[in-house]
Amino acid sequence: MLLTDNMWLQLLLDLVFAGVVLGVIMGIAGYTVLAERKVASWIQERPGPNRASIPFIVAIPVIGRFLQRIGFFQLIADGAKFLFKEEPTPRHTHRFYYVLAPMLALIPPVIVISVLPFGVWWYEGQVRPLAIANVDIGLLLVLAIGSLGLYGSVLGGWASNNKFSYMGAIRAGAQLISYELAMGLAVLPVVIWAAMPGTTGGLNMMSIVESQGTLWNVIWQPVAALVFLVALFAETGRLPFDMVESETDLVSGPSTEYGAFKFGLFYFAEYINLVIGSALFTLLFLGGWNFLPFVPAPWPENFFGSVCTVVWFTLKTFGMIFFFLWMRWTLPRFRYDQVMRIGWGMLVPLAVVNLIAYALIIPLVDKFLK
Amino acid sequence: MSETDKATQVTINYDGQDVSVPAGYNLVQAAQLLGKEIPHYCYHEKLSVSGNCRMCMVQIGTPMRDRATGEPVMDENGKQKIGWSPKPAIGCATTVSPGLHVRTDNDLVKGCRNGVTEFLLANHPLDCPICDKAGECRLQEYSSQYGRDYSRFVEHKVVKPKHVDIGPRIILDDERCILCSRCIRFCDEVIKESFLGFTERGSHATLSIHPGKPFDHNYSLNTVDICPVGALTSKDFRFQMRVWFLKPVNSICTESSAGVNTKVWSREGRVYRITPRRNDAVNDSWMSDSGRMLYKKCEGSGRLVEPQVGGHHMGSEETLSRIAVLLKNEKAAIVASAFSSVEEQFLLKRLAGAIHAGVHMISHTQKGDGLLISEDATPNLRGALLTGLISRIPSDNLRALGDKIDAGEVETLVCVREDLVQAGLSQAQLDKVNLVYLGTHTPSFAQSANVLMGVPTVFERAGSFVNCQWRIQKFAQAVPPPRGVLSELTILAKLLDLVGACPGVAATLSPAWQQLSKEVPAFAGLSYDSLPDEGALVDGGSLKSLPFVETAHLHYTPNAK
Amino acid sequence: MAKIVERPKLTLAEKTYLPQIIGGLKITFKRMLRPWVTLEYPEQRPQLPENYRGAPTLVCDQNGREKCVSCQMCEFVCPPKAIRITPGKIQNPAQAHVEKAPQAFEINMLRCIYCGLCQEVCPEEAIVLQKVFSLNSRTRAALVHDKRRLYELGGTLPDNILKWDKKLEQAKAAEHSTH
Repeated sequence: MLLTDNMWLQLLLDLVFAGVVLGVIMGIAGYTVLAERKVASWIQERPGPNRASIPFIVAIPVIGRFLQRIGFFQLIADGAKFLFKEEPTPRHTHRFYYVLAPMLALIPPVIVISVLPFGVWWYEGQVRPLAIANVDIGLLLVLAIGSLGLYGSVLGGWASNNKFSYMGAIRAGAQLISYELAMGLAVLPVVIWAAMPGTTGGLNMMSIVESQGTLWNVIWQPVAALVFLVALFAETGRLPFDMVESETDLVSGPSTEYGAFKFGLFYFAEYINLVIGSALFTLLFLGGWNFLPFVPAPWPENFFGSVCTVVWFTLKTFGMIFFFLWMRWTLPRFRYDQVMRIGWGMLVPLAVVNLIAYALIIPLVDKFLK
Repeated sequence: MSETDKATQVTINYDGQDVSVPAGYNLVQAAQLLGKEIPHYCYHEKLSVSGNCRMCMVQIGTPMRDRATGEPVMDENGKQKIGWSPKPAIGCATTVSPGLHVRTDNDLVKGCRNGVTEFLLANHPLDCPICDKAGECRLQEYSSQYGRDYSRFVEHKVVKPKHVDIGPRIILDDERCILCSRCIRFCDEVIKESFLGFTERGSHATLSIHPGKPFDHNYSLNTVDICPVGALTSKDFRFQMRVWFLKPVNSICTESSAGVNTKVWSREGRVYRITPRRNDAVNDSWMSDSGRMLYKKCEGSGRLVEPQVGGHHMGSEETLSRIAVLLKNEKAAIVASAFSSVEEQFLLKRLAGAIHAGVHMISHTQKGDGLLISEDATPNLRGALLTGLISRIPSDNLRALGDKIDAGEVETLVCVREDLVQAGLSQAQLDKVNLVYLGTHTPSFAQSANVLMGVPTVFERAGSFVNCQWRIQKFAQAVPPPRGVLSELTILAKLLDLVGACPGVAATLSPAWQQLSKEVPAFAGLSYDSLPDEGALVDGGSLKSLPFVETAHLHYTPNAK
Repeated sequence: MAKIVERPKLTLAEKTYLPQIIGGLKITFKRMLRPWVTLEYPEQRPQLPENYRGAPTLVCDQNGREKCVSCQMCEFVCPPKAIRITPGKIQNPAQAHVEKAPQAFEINMLRCIYCGLCQEVCPEEAIVLQKVFSLNSRTRAALVHDKRRLYELGGTLPDNILKWDKKLEQAKAAEHSTH
């Protein structure tokens, strides 16, 4: 992003850019909470939240009423509630870690945001990704840093000094280890495919998206996509894999002892993870901002085209988010032993077999088709 | 069974069961004795038999004898045949005779009751929701037991006068009247002054008073009690409360020394009415109208509730200790009351003995009516004599006490339930002494009293009175006393404790009676709990020769010694 | 003896859970397209059935006469003792022929259990459980409905029999014939 030689101006622009991106993603995560409630209510044949309003805005004809009916202001009400609630800290907790845990839960996903590209722009004939940081080992960083969010749950569960929280924390750790392996193995064929001969860095997110220019990975690597998707559900702790919270047997898991804003952080981290997970799946398997399989991009290679890529990518991500929510209100929770069996007994072998198969197929494809 | 009893007992066959009943009983009484009921409206045990309601129809029969030979006619089983009368007879006018057979539950009798009920209801208005008798109405009860549950009449009911004001205390509703004539007979036979009668004929027969002669006798409300329906209702109780909410409690009327047995009907601490309770040895089933109104005093204004010392309200414990300090004065006197119960008088006598105080009493006389209001206006003068509180008939004033006060022989005066000013003590005399007053209401001389303390009325406490027949009768607590009022027994027991006479005196009735039966010969062998509801005669001994003021009235003759 | 329940044999496709998950997704998606069943309460009011048993109220007949004659049967029958009546004479001279009416009539809605026994027992059809279901207040006292409030909630319920009015007519007719 060398727009100018002035290093300070460059830094300032980068900071503004990062702030905007962060803000937008935070906003999306916030409204994902609302989307979750709305999708849940629609599936249950209810209107969902439609009462919260702000006096003057709601008075605007048509729009104000529409915003109220879709629950637009509910987020503000929820946020205000978290802010103004009494914030008790139980005496039996370990105060320092207890306070630290929600922050640890939120920070890693926010870091991950920095390497996710969400579109491209064309500059001096070159195609450049729209991302806060275009890192060569982007995918590795996502997997590595993203997993750190677990420490929030584990630490919170331990610091809460409560058996339910603690059991939730243990489950969180076990589940993460089990599914991280399958996830990594499932991603490898994608990386191999992206690391075409003659290109640098298959781990670069940009190159992964570009490798799907005509053919999305989900179409010709469906097993990898399935394994990755399931693992993603498990990693984000969404139903049917929400062993960590599992309110029927663990009250609320690691967040049992948390209230008010600290609980809000846990809650928010969950939804940021959801958004990032959706974006990641879009990047790895749904072709990122590429238009449709076998159809060249209809947009021109200029500023308008850039906007189109961002919008297209965002739409795909929203589709994935919807899929996540839809799944949640469809499936019941797995039992803990089933979760372990699926992880180790089904996904890991499947991913290994898939890896070996594609490790053979990809060189052959390279050799004969290109 | 002894020989004499046999002569007065008659064996009859009641619904196939041979039973022995006293001779002279009619069938309604006989059934009552057997714990059964022959339904009846017009019959009342304390009134003559008129037999006009026809509700008590039964089938009777006598053992058959051959008319020619006089030999008993036997059936195939070798038993004497019963000649059943083809038509039913009224039970109230059929006196028992040896061998009389009665059937009360066959179809004939049931049909009679059903028919009588249907005829009575033909013109009876559907007033139950607004009728004060509902809940204790004979017609209501018998209609549900013996009547049909629908009406076959399509004709208009006869219209008669409603809510007619026939006297100062009674309202008459002629539509409800079933023409049983109980009230007419009561006037003619008990109060012996005719007020009521029937006019018109047939369905239009109407109970009425003579024009210009209101039913204002002091016993008029008894007709309300004996009316089997809601035709006669009491103005005082009219629309006040449904009877099924009221709880009846046995009590004794304090109007006079006749000791009329009553029931006090209350709900949630409020007395709504007083009715007579049958006691054949005292008041039959009657009581005076004036006695029924006595309950109004207990909720009227002027009740003495919070203890007052020198015009300031004070806790009862502290007040009692103040009284005890005053009582330790050597020159104390007590004005006792014949309105106190036997138990209270007994404890007061102990207190008087402990502090060496002279006991004075006042007699209250009134004009008797020869029926149930005696000349002595207090309920318990004989109790005071029996417990030894006094030994002579008291005079009607306290001049003797006044003289003592003037002479400085009395410095502390305890007065229980009496009006000292009316009894002849002057204001100056009252001011001279330390006056302690225990009473239900604030007295006119409250200003000069050092200590004022409330005590419960007769409805708010339990105890016993000895009436003019030397009959001890107990009364029970109907409603709780106002908050803050201690019972007289408690006050006296605590005072006895505080003056150091006899600590640990029980303030409840049963232990008090243990002492009473020990120390008072007349009460030997008696206890409060075992005292029957109709009371028990006690031996007045030499006290009987005292010159009591009562003259002859119902069930009392002055010279019965 | 323990009963051994054989688990059903699953096909390979079933073992992957995928067909079931897809089936479930289909069902929930169809649900999403259906109309809502929720009633948005304060704006939308439920259609109450005719025999709905809401709060007990007192009613007048079509001539504006208060039907209650304070017979206190409802007070007697009321299982939670929510009803309290002070009986009294009728003050309105035009209705004096009925003689009796409640001086005070209180129903403690905090105690009422909406059983409807008062309505069933009422000989005058004066107390009726109507469609009043939303009772709320900031004070307990306001939920003890007094006579005025009970008539306000109750309104008018026409009476086909008009027993008392007929009685009055008959009495008037009888008076005429005798004079």
